[in-house]
Amino acid sequence: MASDAKIISAAGGSPEGADVRRRDFIYIATGAFGAVGAAAVVWPMIHQMNPSADVLALATTEVDISSIQPGQAIKTVWQSKPVFVRNLTQAEIDAAKAVDVSTLRDRETLEQRTQPGRLNWLITLGVCTHLGCVPLGAAEGENKGDFGGYFCPCHGSHYDTAGRIRRGPAPTNLVVPPVTFKSDTLVEIG
Amino acid sequence: MSFPWAQQYEPKTEFTRWLDSRLPLPRFVWNAVGPGYPVPRNINYFYNFGVLAGVALMVQIITGIILAMHYSAHVDTAFDSIQHIMRNVNEGWLFRFLHMNGASFFFIVVYIHIFRGLYYGSYKAPREVVWMLGVVILLLMMATAFMGYVLPWGQMSFWGAQVITSLFSAIPLVGESIRMWLVGGFAPDNATITRFFSLHYLLPFVILGVVILKVWALHIPGSTNPTGIEVQGPQDTLPFHPYFTAKDFFSLTIYLIFFAAVSFFLPNALGHPDNYIPANPLSTPAHIVPEWYLLPFYAILRAFTADFIISAKLWGVIAMFASIILLFFLPWLDSSRVKSASYRPIYRWFFWLLVIDVFILGWVGAMPAEEPWVRIGQAATAYYFAHFLIILPIVSMIETPRRQPNSIAEAVLGPEAVRARPASRPAEGGFGGAMPQPAE
Repeated sequence: MASDAKIISAAGGSPEGADVRRRDFIYIATGAFGAVGAAAVVWPMIHQMNPSADVLALATTEVDISSIQPGQAIKTVWQSKPVFVRNLTQAEIDAAKAVDVSTLRDRETLEQRTQPGRLNWLITLGVCTHLGCVPLGAAEGENKGDFGGYFCPCHGSHYDTAGRIRRGPAPTNLVVPPVTFKSDTLVEIG
Repeated sequence: MSFPWAQQYEPKTEFTRWLDSRLPLPRFVWNAVGPGYPVPRNINYFYNFGVLAGVALMVQIITGIILAMHYSAHVDTAFDSIQHIMRNVNEGWLFRFLHMNGASFFFIVVYIHIFRGLYYGSYKAPREVVWMLGVVILLLMMATAFMGYVLPWGQMSFWGAQVITSLFSAIPLVGESIRMWLVGGFAPDNATITRFFSLHYLLPFVILGVVILKVWALHIPGSTNPTGIEVQGPQDTLPFHPYFTAKDFFSLTIYLIFFAAVSFFLPNALGHPDNYIPANPLSTPAHIVPEWYLLPFYAILRAFTADFIISAKLWGVIAMFASIILLFFLPWLDSSRVKSASYRPIYRWFFWLLVIDVFILGWVGAMPAEEPWVRIGQAATAYYFAHFLIILPIVSMIETPRRQPNSIAEAVLGPEAVRARPASRPAEGGFGGAMPQPAE
């Protein structure tokens, strides 16, 4: 290597600059230019797999809740995900309130999960926070799990009457979507 | 490549001489799977599963290309197009059943092949790269099989896609974005089915490419053998053709009998009835299970039920991927210089315990997430990791191996036979030289 350096310096470069040649700069510049170009090409290739505009045009969903009796629930769809709209009975509200929040995996009260003054309307996504199955318990006669709310049959997550995770692998409570009460009987989700 | 005593390719005709100097394809085949590739003479039938896996891959590619001619990748038509294949397309039922069951048989063959490698130490130096390429193929196979199972867009297809893509949402911060990127929406939908179809068509050819790399890497040291000692001379080997081509064709015949029996008489035995119900995003089947070949990994995924620093969900996902990634490090976790379990009295027991453990995991994976299966699954998961991370390193340090034979020829023919023959070209043509010379 020493002899190479001598040759280069003899060819006109300064002895100090023998290690950094003009060609090194060209290599780095070419590599950097290529990397930027590659990134510019790769990004559209990756981004094309993200949800398309029609999928993202997330219409809000309006639900008429007038016919849901206490103790009943319906399933509806918002952003292609199932949503549970549940009219809690007084006993279910009391059961949810009786739980010591500090013992929960995901500490939320029923008040935090419902709209002010409408404690009986529990509106959650019907998507188990474990791996995305639809929990049972919304339809008549389905297994509501050990805590009277929802039960996910895939991997055995039990949710209580406030849709909070109580037992099983799911890490968080059933997600509460943005909810607006347009009137006493009309709810907008989204 | 190969051993110095390998038979050289000599073109016999004017044409093959002409071709050999321009495109030496016949020479390549001769050296790869012909008389030019010497193989340890003592390999047993478990060594046939590599070739069987290659055949299974080709069956999947051919039947898959045919199915793609009739399948329609769209949420509205995918399910119906499968029924169209089954009822209207000429012999469509045949190709679908061969493709469905071919996937299961591919995994059966590959799992036997993997356990063969574990028993005879095929992952050890100098074959680490062969082994690691095999793990890459296993991962690619799982991805391909999963995406293929989604395409019929039945209930199990949809919910399988939902569960598996949700695995990625366990990653902190970016998980949900990755999940939406994978499925192309908020939930599996048309964008999912089209991209899965595209990738399901692509990945088998990627597998084929890795298979070529793997065979290339294998042919440098050659196969292991049941004694685990390396080839020392011509007396230890036989040419691939005709000895092992004949043996492979025999085992292929047996394999095809089983494959045909299941495909024709029990075509749905390995599937789930739920997948004949069209996908319904609002109703999860009571009991979601993956295809049988993914059950052990599904059991590991479900084994974590309590949060510890990170969420139970993320633990499950990490453990499931780790259970396969772990295999990449196996050549260095097992430091014993003895390859074959036949000469490793302690390791042999733990090998069979691992086999039992994987069967238990598979069984638990098929069961609902209730007691006692959750506990059993947790114990079996713990043992799976303990085998590779604790037991194997310790056993390979403390074990006293049995005395190995001096050479493959001695193990096969006995010490007298080896001594009686000069070392130059002993035992050519098999026992007593009664076998014919290799065909040319």
